[in-house]
Amino acid sequence: MFRRLRAAGGEVTIHVDGKPVRAAAGDSVAAAMLAAGFTALHSSAVSASPRAPHCMIGNCFECLVEIDGLPDRQACLTTVAEGMQVRRQMDEAPMEGAGV
Amino acid sequence: MSTMDTDVIVIGGGLHGTSTALHLAQKGMRPIVIEKNSVGRHASGVNAGGVRQLLRHPAEIALSIAAMDRWLNLEGLLGRYAAMCEFVGHIGQVAVAETEEDMRPLEARAAEVRRLGWTHEEVIDRNELRRLLPAVAGHCIGGLVSRRDGQATPYLTSQAFRLRAIELGVRFAEGVRVTGLAHGARWEVETSAGHFTSDILINCGGAWAWQVAELVGEALPRGHFAATMMVTARMAPFVTPVVIGTGRQLSFKQTANGTVVIGGGIFGTADLTKETADPIAERLRVSAETCSILFPIMRRATIVRAWAGLEARMPDQIPVIGRSQAAPDMWHAFGFSGHGFQLAPIVGSLLADLIVDGKSPLPIGAFRPSRFNDAKPQVGPVST
Amino acid sequence: MSNEHHDLAIVGAGPAGMAAATTAAELGLDTVLLDEQRVPGGQIYRNIEHLEASGELVALGDEYRRGIELARAFRGSGAAYRPGSIVWQTSPDGRIGLTDPDGARMMHARRILLATGAMERPVPVPGWTLPGVMGAGAAQTLLKASGIVPDVPVLIAGSGPLIYLVALQLARAGCAISALLITAPASRIAGTLKELPRALLAGRDLLKGIRWINEIRRLGIPLTNGVSRVRIEGNDRAEAVAYEADGSSHRLAAGLVLLHEGVIPNIQLSLSTRCRHVWDEAQLCWRPETDEWGATSEERIAVAGDGAGILGALAAASLGHLAALDTAFRLGRIGEAERDLRARSARADLARHSRIRPLLDRLFRPLPDSVVPTDPETIVCRCEEVTVAQMREAIRLGGEDPNRAKVFTRCGMGPCQGRMCGPTVGALIARETGHGIEEVGTFRIRVPVRPVPLMALAGLVGEEEGLPAGESTL
Repeated sequence: MFRRLRAAGGEVTIHVDGKPVRAAAGDSVAAAMLAAGFTALHSSAVSASPRAPHCMIGNCFECLVEIDGLPDRQACLTTVAEGMQVRRQMDEAPMEGAGV
Repeated sequence: MSTMDTDVIVIGGGLHGTSTALHLAQKGMRPIVIEKNSVGRHASGVNAGGVRQLLRHPAEIALSIAAMDRWLNLEGLLGRYAAMCEFVGHIGQVAVAETEEDMRPLEARAAEVRRLGWTHEEVIDRNELRRLLPAVAGHCIGGLVSRRDGQATPYLTSQAFRLRAIELGVRFAEGVRVTGLAHGARWEVETSAGHFTSDILINCGGAWAWQVAELVGEALPRGHFAATMMVTARMAPFVTPVVIGTGRQLSFKQTANGTVVIGGGIFGTADLTKETADPIAERLRVSAETCSILFPIMRRATIVRAWAGLEARMPDQIPVIGRSQAAPDMWHAFGFSGHGFQLAPIVGSLLADLIVDGKSPLPIGAFRPSRFNDAKPQVGPVST
Repeated sequence: MSNEHHDLAIVGAGPAGMAAATTAAELGLDTVLLDEQRVPGGQIYRNIEHLEASGELVALGDEYRRGIELARAFRGSGAAYRPGSIVWQTSPDGRIGLTDPDGARMMHARRILLATGAMERPVPVPGWTLPGVMGAGAAQTLLKASGIVPDVPVLIAGSGPLIYLVALQLARAGCAISALLITAPASRIAGTLKELPRALLAGRDLLKGIRWINEIRRLGIPLTNGVSRVRIEGNDRAEAVAYEADGSSHRLAAGLVLLHEGVIPNIQLSLSTRCRHVWDEAQLCWRPETDEWGATSEERIAVAGDGAGILGALAAASLGHLAALDTAFRLGRIGEAERDLRARSARADLARHSRIRPLLDRLFRPLPDSVVPTDPETIVCRCEEVTVAQMREAIRLGGEDPNRAKVFTRCGMGPCQGRMCGPTVGALIARETGHGIEEVGTFRIRVPVRPVPLMALAGLVGEEEGLPAGESTL
């Protein structure tokens, strides 16, 4: 869905779901993933529908991914770093019910 | 301004005020609840939601057990609104012991409860602890469990009580502030929304109840605090019972939607005048650390929200339930000191019995308002 | 573990924050600027230093020049700069909680200036949660921050100046723009153009806008005014946009859909700090109540820039400067007369830059149908997937207060903490109940306003000494 106006330069390599993804230094994780062709980054909490970054500035929380073992990180507010391990949060079972 | 007249007025739309009104309506009275903010706005709506018999003050055990019977038959009380509470029972509350030093008071406690004639608190060993709490840290050695205990969602519970009460004819005056009380032939209640009159007055004012008492010249303890909670993002289910700490302050539960609610002994800022309560991040630190020690899986958790609720806290940490010493036909029920949520179904019922039938089916002498007359009120140890 | 103390802590490194930090540091205040990004600029001047150095700024347009000046002045000002700082709490007593790459910490400032800027107004139309639907500003962020642009046909729907700018910036970068669907009624646009002579007094901004629209027409980008009932269709991603215009229904295939109905103040921190907020009917948003210096109802807290009401980047810089002057005055660094004297030119600039705002507010005012959904199945709360129908049921049960509706439905209880549904919920309740939106209010916002990893909280750096008592016996 997206392309880079100039080559990423390949300064940084992150891993998304175990696969290497080249990114430009300074990219947010969300930008790097969109440029690499990922459409959805996580699935919604109730219906497990695919979701993708919507605002890119930290408000929508639709870019939540697991980064270096910690889930629910905002990919749009996190800058890529060499060797970073990213996992898309696509496999959660939907959970019902209201609550606190 | 208009005058509203009825037989009983309840001041305070927290869970206890709402439950009391509900039970009075069941007995044919026509309560009006006057609430300065909105129903369940403070401690009733923002507590940990533990439905706990475990580790109750001895004076509260009989009430707690009777309350539990009602929780386990919520439909009888709330009808079609019962499900709204999201109550789950028989999941157990477990006090976790990390060391032999933790175990000893739990064993003593179980013996004491048995001596008093009850059997609901049971010491468990390492294996049973693992069975109940597979995710608990390896160093934990046992604990104390009350197996009937459970959890509910506090704010929704207060709303379910409100909606059921309305169904039974209770009227709620929300956003209405009591400004004056006088008793002539009957109760005259001045408020921000006009004049109310009634035969009977009930003070369920929570953290502000002492102010209500002061309006009739009765001095009661003014202690209050801001009980603080925090909640995580949704996590895959890993714990069913409600957990409390023994050597460390903690209350810990996972809700049906996967979020984990953490509380227990965290005090925020409390401002009775502004009616605000705010968490203090520095004090959340210890709770966060405790969670990660007792449940290593919590090292992956993210805190998404924290909040605090204003709650009365009595010097001896048990509530005030009984007749006013200063005015006729006035009753108090407040001061639950951070553990009133589970008691709400029974306290409302007892008050209705006292007011309509003149007697309580359970002993409530320990809660009499006059107990503070002898000694100057003091603050008890910091624990909830 | 000693707490860090400053005279002034500023949250946000956009035009208001950069200008305020520069002025405050120049006046000798110990100033720290906290910002989520890794470089200064905020949203409007995002990545500005790099874009200038690499010569890419030219393609974005000349309206970013001022950003370079602000960033340079800030860099040379001596103010402390903490990029990568996620502020999750500001307290009325001056305590600040934040997470940075080293973990979570508390710091303290004698005064706090919130320069948190604006966010795009959520546009809850059917299908807005599908992948392939973003804010127009989000696409612009990708372009500015990383030089990343859509490689599928782009359809842009909504109202606001940003739509034209983003369309042009993307078109200049070689993207295919398949349509601009403008939800403002055509009659309103024509009517406003008739006011042109008067509007010209508003300066170059309007001319700039007219140049944008002319260029869009010259590039042959289809532009339809008076669009309503926008609906995005698709299964696992956006595939088409259905809408109504000229009294008939239309449907266009789309690769990427960009929605935009203007921007609103980002008030999460000012709300959570309990600053008093007012409803701004002209801009259809809540904003903190501020005086002419940006001071709020909370003694130590000020707000500057679009976070206090949308006036744009140039006005934001003036407001930041003014707030810093007032801070220096309140902290005893300068006298009242000096403050007022130094404020003169900024006040003149502010007046000049804000002149066009009422016209823009009128011209691009979102139609109620565009931002307050009526279709029962439309999702109001993206996180917890709460629909209009569920909101109506909650309102029926007494959820006429957004905070009560929230607990009934979980609307606003997900990770975004009501950022994406808050503006809709208040307006929806107001419409359904007939109450005024000022009376309905908005969500209470809880700390942390951004999620904090539990282990970061467990390692929180900061002392407990001097904290307010947790318990009182009066």
